[in-house]
Amino acid sequence: MSSPVATTLALGALPAVRLDRLPLLLLPALALIALPLMGSFSTWVTLTVAGLAMGMIIFIIASGLTLVFGLMDVLNFGHGVFIALGAFLATTVLGSMADWTASENLLINLLAVLPAMLVAMAVAGGVGFAFERVIIRPVYGQHLKQIMITMGGMIVGEELIKVVWGPQTIPLPLPAAFRGSLLLGEAAVEKYRLIAVVIGLGVFAAMFWALSRTKVGLLIRAGVQDREMVESLGYRIRKLFVGVFVAGSSLAGLGGVMWGLYQQNVTPQMGSQVTVLIFIVIIIGGLGSVGGCFIGALLVGLLANYTGFLAPKVALFSNILLMVLILLWRPQGIYPVANR
Amino acid sequence: MMLDRVLSGDLPRNRMLTAVLIAIVVGLALAPFVFPGAKALNVAAKICIFIVLVASFDLLLGYTGIVSFAHTMFFGIGAYGVAIALTRLGPSWAAVGAGIAAALALSFGLSLVIGLFSLRVKAIFYAMITLAVASAFQTFASQLSEITGGEDGLNFKVPEMLSPGFSLAQQPFLGVSLDGKLISYYLLFAITVVLFLVMLRIVNSPFGRVLQAIRENDFRAEALGYRTVVYRTFSNVLSAGFATLAGALLALWLRYNGPDTSLSFDIMIDILLMVVIGGMGTMYGAVIGATLFVIAQNYLQDLMKFASDAAAGMPLLPNLVHPDRWLLWLGILFVLSVYHFPAGIVGRLRGKK
Repeated sequence: MSSPVATTLALGALPAVRLDRLPLLLLPALALIALPLMGSFSTWVTLTVAGLAMGMIIFIIASGLTLVFGLMDVLNFGHGVFIALGAFLATTVLGSMADWTASENLLINLLAVLPAMLVAMAVAGGVGFAFERVIIRPVYGQHLKQIMITMGGMIVGEELIKVVWGPQTIPLPLPAAFRGSLLLGEAAVEKYRLIAVVIGLGVFAAMFWALSRTKVGLLIRAGVQDREMVESLGYRIRKLFVGVFVAGSSLAGLGGVMWGLYQQNVTPQMGSQVTVLIFIVIIIGGLGSVGGCFIGALLVGLLANYTGFLAPKVALFSNILLMVLILLWRPQGIYPVANR
Repeated sequence: MMLDRVLSGDLPRNRMLTAVLIAIVVGLALAPFVFPGAKALNVAAKICIFIVLVASFDLLLGYTGIVSFAHTMFFGIGAYGVAIALTRLGPSWAAVGAGIAAALALSFGLSLVIGLFSLRVKAIFYAMITLAVASAFQTFASQLSEITGGEDGLNFKVPEMLSPGFSLAQQPFLGVSLDGKLISYYLLFAITVVLFLVMLRIVNSPFGRVLQAIRENDFRAEALGYRTVVYRTFSNVLSAGFATLAGALLALWLRYNGPDTSLSFDIMIDILLMVVIGGMGTMYGAVIGATLFVIAQNYLQDLMKFASDAAAGMPLLPNLVHPDRWLLWLGILFVLSVYHFPAGIVGRLRGKK
């Protein structure tokens, strides 16, 4: 749709898919527009890093959701449960390793956070597997029921989290060495935000590699484009889908840990709060598109931080405004996925 | 037959269902006399308000097959319309009318825009867009604190006749004093009955048939020459209008309105549970769902408290039956009803001839 088919084809050569570069320019454009408005360069650096960090976390959470949608036309309104679950698991794991998180040594801190992330990913993935089996499988292809049933799954999940951890807000302090900021020139950049950016880039790189360089990734991308064709070639897309769903859930768990540390506290309702943000991101990106999701997440993160500084009242609606603008420009999102 | 006309030819069609519905209507009609106490009257009033709200949501979800998460937004607009008008213009009927008119205008405008903007696309897309818009609206309402009272909300006086201090007669009638609260309740009850019957009329009209056709197979409806976008948008606007009226009733009854009472997402989930448990696409399901849910909300907790005390000392179990976890059990009931009896209680009863 977005790439015009060349009218004349050389025999035997497939037309190269033209990369749609325009959306890639949105990020630097937004950052450059913001620069003169800030007044000072150091503020701009601080806010840009903060925005990128927020965007990376949102991307980690949202990427699984958009892939699941692209592959099987399933939109999980209960995705937020995995976020909250991951964050609450982190409070338990980090709480039990108070000695390690209190240490000033970055390495020991990392050794404490790493198991928390792994536990969150493993449990969220496991729960995701069960969720797919119990909640989603019986209602494949029935959109109305799907929306309601996943919403029901979220209600039950949120209540179960309250049963286990209690309904109150639990503080999730950053490990000692993650606190405070670094000075880059004159700009103060919070350490944790840098860590979040690094992890986010790592996840994006891993996902990019898996999707573009492995056979499974090839099948997933092909499945998003045209499910029936892949099935008719003999691949079981159902199994692939379960795998993607579990991976997406565990990424949401990881994102939950990071979001919890970012906010420094966790509430059972955090899942449904973040869900709204994620939906906006995947609508902006184009339902089913991972690349669009990445750009969308970073745009949302940057814009939220810039407007939060320039006009705090506007910041609350910046996401919606961004979504409306993008949809006016491209009604299917930044990168429209075929057949959707 | 007279009754047939009033119910637009859409009778309950089941003896058991008829009995339950009659019991609910009679119970609500006589509530101030049969169930004494302020709490019982509040529960009855809430049931009435939610019957209108849930029925209007059913018009959208059950009859047209559109999932919207912005329904509480319209509910909130109605409530804020009355609240703001009465706060600014003083307690008069003119103010109530002005508030409702302004709220309806805003709701119509918003629902029209949202509908035209996003109803062309898939159900899922619409659900996501409405979720985002509703959450933005909630933030918007709590930010405009000079007008809406922010998080604290607005307390206001209602027209003299409806205020608790007003009394119609010195002597209590059948042991119930004829005060403004009673008048408000009966006004509420009467409006509920009228609005419900109007909605019943709408879904049984030729227009309602087209909506159901779109729900069943929009492609085919389009092929038959119906402009589905127009019908969907119209259904969206109508349902928003009824939700706005329900919100106005809520504000008049509570004499208070704030973001948590009318705009919060929790209420949206409540409505969804009510319409599904009661029975989608049946209208009567709204009556049963709303009644069951509001009663559960107010009295199930007492029962669970009892169970929770009995289970004290065991691991996790007391938490599972803790009174605050009532939504857990209704959520499970909701999931089960979507699977096993998608037509809800009403569909279940009608299926058993």
